[in-house]
Amino acid sequence: MNPYGITLTLVVFYLFSELHARRKAFYTNPVLLSIATIAGLLTLGGFSYESYMESAAFLKFLLGPAVVSLAVPVYKGRDTIKAYAREIALGIAVGGTAAILSAFYIAELLGGGREVVLSIAPKSVTTAIAIGVSEEIGGIPALTAVLVILTGLLGNAFAPELLNLFGVRDRIARGLATGVSSHGLGTARIITEDELAGAVSGLAMALNGVFTALVLPYLIEVL
Amino acid sequence: MRPYRGLVIIFGFYALGEFTSLALDLPVPGSVLGMLFLLAALLSGAVRLEWVEGEAELLVRNMSVMFIPPGVGIVAYTALIKSQAVPIVGALVISFLVTLLVTAKTVEILRRGRK
Repeated sequence: MNPYGITLTLVVFYLFSELHARRKAFYTNPVLLSIATIAGLLTLGGFSYESYMESAAFLKFLLGPAVVSLAVPVYKGRDTIKAYAREIALGIAVGGTAAILSAFYIAELLGGGREVVLSIAPKSVTTAIAIGVSEEIGGIPALTAVLVILTGLLGNAFAPELLNLFGVRDRIARGLATGVSSHGLGTARIITEDELAGAVSGLAMALNGVFTALVLPYLIEVL
Repeated sequence: MRPYRGLVIIFGFYALGEFTSLALDLPVPGSVLGMLFLLAALLSGAVRLEWVEGEAELLVRNMSVMFIPPGVGIVAYTALIKSQAVPIVGALVISFLVTLLVTAKTVEILRRGRK
């Protein structure tokens, strides 16, 4: 295994993370900028995509253990989950289903091909889980990864303003809506404005990931 | 924190999840099953939080960089994305709005009912 792909990924990501720490904005999202930069380098520089991937595949592999590790924050949030069990359960069941169905039918209605429709269906859940789900149902994991991040950026940039616009004042409702619609990136924004809404958003993200992973593969068969 | 214990537990649950998904032919990612198994083990007390906390938080905190290689795979699909830009962007934006509002209104109605 050559060390260049993995090193390039770490260096580029580190540099954009430093930029993001200095200039916090949705358009300085380090993951998206890193993907664009590396994809650009490979395409324009004529570097071999295969040899990059062979090396960087180790980082991708670690997503599996990282998803398993999400059990820890969920376990630590068990008291919050108990306190708002009804809201969380119904919010995720209704919101998570709305996310899947609206993405699926709108993409299909606008003329999306099967692969594109399947890649966009899991776009509201945390990237690691979405990539796994996309792989399972026959989507394009790379396309899903980028769409998930773009969805997160929408939440990061606009979720609190949109909730204000539609008069949603309840903190639990704001947190759940943000976590279910725009996973970690949405959570990162709302937590800077309201700690309770942020905590609920983080839990909603994890639980919606599990809900989508369990439901979407079966739902796809009837859609 | 004893060295390796946390990694053994996390990788062990990941392998168990993948094995379960494969053996039962489930369409659910093995990593998600592994997460549910680890959560069950934590809740039942079979695994103690301090055994896995450090390693789990290290992996979760550094998860962002792991999305880059799968995302870079996009270079193989530029033609597809260009030809399907309308369904992709349309579904992304509208579905995001629908999800945000449907979830918020569902929870708001529940909260009002309780007060």
